[in-house]
Amino acid sequence: MKVTLTVWRQAGPAAQGRFETYELDEVSEDMSFLELFDVLNERLIAKGEEPVAFDHDCREGICGSCSMMIDGRPHGPELGTATCQLHMRKFADGAKITVEPWRAGAFPLVRDLVVDRSAFDRIVESGGYITAPTGSAPDGNLILIPKAVADSAMDAAACIGCGACVAACPNSAANLFTAAKVMHLNLLPQGQPERWERVTNMVDTMEQFFGSCTNHGECEAACPKEISIDFIALMNRDYIKAQFKQRRLASQRG
Amino acid sequence: MVMDAHIPEGPIATKWDNHKFDVKLVNPANKRRFTIIVVGSGLGGASAAASLAELGYRVELHTFHDSPRRAHSIAAQGGINAAKNYHNDGDSVYRLFYDTVKGGDYRAREANVYRLAQVSVDIIDQCVAQGVPFAREYGGLLDNRSFGGAQVSRTFYARGQTGQQLLLGAYQALANQIHLGNVELHHRSEMLDLVTKDGKAVGIVARNLMTGAVTSHSAHAVVLATGGYGNVFFLSTNAKASNVTAIWRAYKKGAYMANPCYTQIHPTCIPASDEFQSKLTLMSESLRNDGRIWVPTDAMDTRSPDQIPDEDRDYFLERRYPAFGNLVPRDVASRAAKREVDAGRGVGPLKNGVYLDFADAINRLGRHVIEERYGNLFQMYERITGEDPYVVPMRIYPAVHYTMGGLWVDYDLMSNVPGLYVLGEANFSDHGANRLGASALMQGLADGYFVLPATIGNYLAPQLGEQPVPTDDAVFIEAQQGVEAMTQQLLGVNGTRSVDYFHRELGKIMWDNCGMARSRESLEKAIGEIATLREEFWNDVRVLGEGDTFNQSLEKAGRVADFLEFGELLCRDALHREESCGGHFRVEHQTEDGEALRDDEHFAYVAAWEFTGDHANPGLHKEQLEFEYVHLAQRSYK
Repeated sequence: MKVTLTVWRQAGPAAQGRFETYELDEVSEDMSFLELFDVLNERLIAKGEEPVAFDHDCREGICGSCSMMIDGRPHGPELGTATCQLHMRKFADGAKITVEPWRAGAFPLVRDLVVDRSAFDRIVESGGYITAPTGSAPDGNLILIPKAVADSAMDAAACIGCGACVAACPNSAANLFTAAKVMHLNLLPQGQPERWERVTNMVDTMEQFFGSCTNHGECEAACPKEISIDFIALMNRDYIKAQFKQRRLASQRG
Repeated sequence: MVMDAHIPEGPIATKWDNHKFDVKLVNPANKRRFTIIVVGSGLGGASAAASLAELGYRVELHTFHDSPRRAHSIAAQGGINAAKNYHNDGDSVYRLFYDTVKGGDYRAREANVYRLAQVSVDIIDQCVAQGVPFAREYGGLLDNRSFGGAQVSRTFYARGQTGQQLLLGAYQALANQIHLGNVELHHRSEMLDLVTKDGKAVGIVARNLMTGAVTSHSAHAVVLATGGYGNVFFLSTNAKASNVTAIWRAYKKGAYMANPCYTQIHPTCIPASDEFQSKLTLMSESLRNDGRIWVPTDAMDTRSPDQIPDEDRDYFLERRYPAFGNLVPRDVASRAAKREVDAGRGVGPLKNGVYLDFADAINRLGRHVIEERYGNLFQMYERITGEDPYVVPMRIYPAVHYTMGGLWVDYDLMSNVPGLYVLGEANFSDHGANRLGASALMQGLADGYFVLPATIGNYLAPQLGEQPVPTDDAVFIEAQQGVEAMTQQLLGVNGTRSVDYFHRELGKIMWDNCGMARSRESLEKAIGEIATLREEFWNDVRVLGEGDTFNQSLEKAGRVADFLEFGELLCRDALHREESCGGHFRVEHQTEDGEALRDDEHFAYVAAWEFTGDHANPGLHKEQLEFEYVHLAQRSYK
């Protein structure tokens, strides 16, 4: 098959960006979308042009590195699929495809299609953990966790941290990412002691970097792991509750 | 030279406890006076960095990823072993130890493996406490499944994403320590050289991948947890960026490379579909619990798989190995599949696979059970092949997956270079010539959470009061100049072929001559071809762009340059090892029915190779392996 790619090129954070168009023929439908870029880059190198920079690593849809906005949709047209798992058989012969980086103020551009998603790490660092220093744990079976609770925590924990939710959101909000991280731990019995502080700190950190959620729901539609927007509701509930809980603790301290 | 692993005295069951009592300690208040560099943020690196920081050491973590969470441990699917015996099926520390030594085809160090089995139970507890959402039974207890090479259910899992969940657990513990200021994180920072002074590891040189800046970092000790070298084959299940560079450059600074020829070919991967294929995707070994592997008995059979009745199918693993059936260890399963495909009985358009069929399990258990157990794997398969494995059997074929070899380390996980520690897949220590399923996660976390934090004090304690070597010392300046010179050299060739071209060519040489079956002839051929390709690389590679910007071609070029050297060492090791064991299969050495034939009299040792110069043959050092507890025997899974 034959495709026409229109790709965002930008040499560095301060450089002027522009779209470039490339025609590719003899594209195999078994090729993944990133393999299409491998082929494009080989051609560019042969012509003496610098290849398109893009983040990728595992190519199995789990590391969360890949991050292409394809025809205005993060990770492209197939639901529940990261760019690396998207295959050319999902496109029509002769398709014209536009590819851009994630665009969000909190994700500064590094080069071409590569952005810096460190802001996600800052959110996790502010509370996305259970304090359990190595060596201090009781036997794993001492903590009984109902299967439904473990399953629900796992649904949230499946987040790969790719940033598609932010890229899809008209406000560049990171509520789906943050909610997935908060609720994975807040649902579990082990996560209870730090529950209220966790949600407060993570939401506050999120707001330093990202826009506000206005319930568009684009994030859920874009998420390659199909993480439910319900987690945002649960996070909001915990956040509100935390304000009261913290106040009560504060008053007890006098 | 004969290598001394410094294995503690005493019965195997008490060695680790005795050793922990004997090692020198650094008192809590003094720990903050020591700086430790950790390179790599996978299971080994992240768990080590977090645990060392919790103890009070100052840790500097370098990862070439944009976030520590992206390390390739994240892609492990099936599970993690632990000798909990929660299922009352006769498991024990001793049995896990025994299975691992046997599974490794008697080429692992007994004392290390025993310790691994001992701490396996603590790992599960630690991970549960961190909030890893392991699968649960309806009563709320932890669930287990079985894996290849074992007859008990000791594998803990989190759907098909166990590696992801364990890595996130370690990453979160790390994030906590970063937040507390105990770990300094350098992301998109690639280690390009190890710095030594007076024979000791004193720091690293790293390149900031975003700005191209090359900087020196000094510490009291350096920990490498940089993963395996499977990508020397180009096509493997490793992530695209996984590479040998960190351990290779440490090798060139004096660390010994042990058993590089032990490479694991995983039996259940999706076969390649065309020449553009950039990597291979693993389908978890756990699928072999419920899937049955078969090929049509008649090589000419062109019927669709559902039209082929049972009597015209050859369930070749069940036939050859009735006791373990589809759950034989990986090396055995891989070679059996290769035999069928080589005999022309392969399936699929390129006849390059065998069927992994779930029809029986779906009939017996119902589709919903299979969906719950393997849903995400089935989905992944469907995405890649466009076929629905609930209806059509999966097609699978072996692919390079894991490398048991790595830098040589002693019982404390320290290499022969004092102050240089090596963890996880980057070291050679625990899996012998073949790793059992669900044991990589166990080893990475054992090394990082429990072993290194206990042993590193032994090296650090006597250095109390000493400052790290300053980064303006001649050793750092020289190393930094070397790195910058290599960058300029790579950019300066200005040839005609891309880096990927050379990587693919290298991969073909390696796979054809040093893959699942190796011979003296094929290995000698490979060594010659690699040398030619390496020369061509340095005369004809085209790396565009600059050194002081984000430049992915340049990053790849450095890694491929190292693979072109390392591949030769791998073949040399394979050539010298005149026996078959585990993942290393020499066609000259096999039993009558085609199984691996070991030579314990001459080869029950670890081969540790020393770098002796760019154009000199490497020097061989041996560590003799003693088997006091597990009886040396021909492995049998029949």
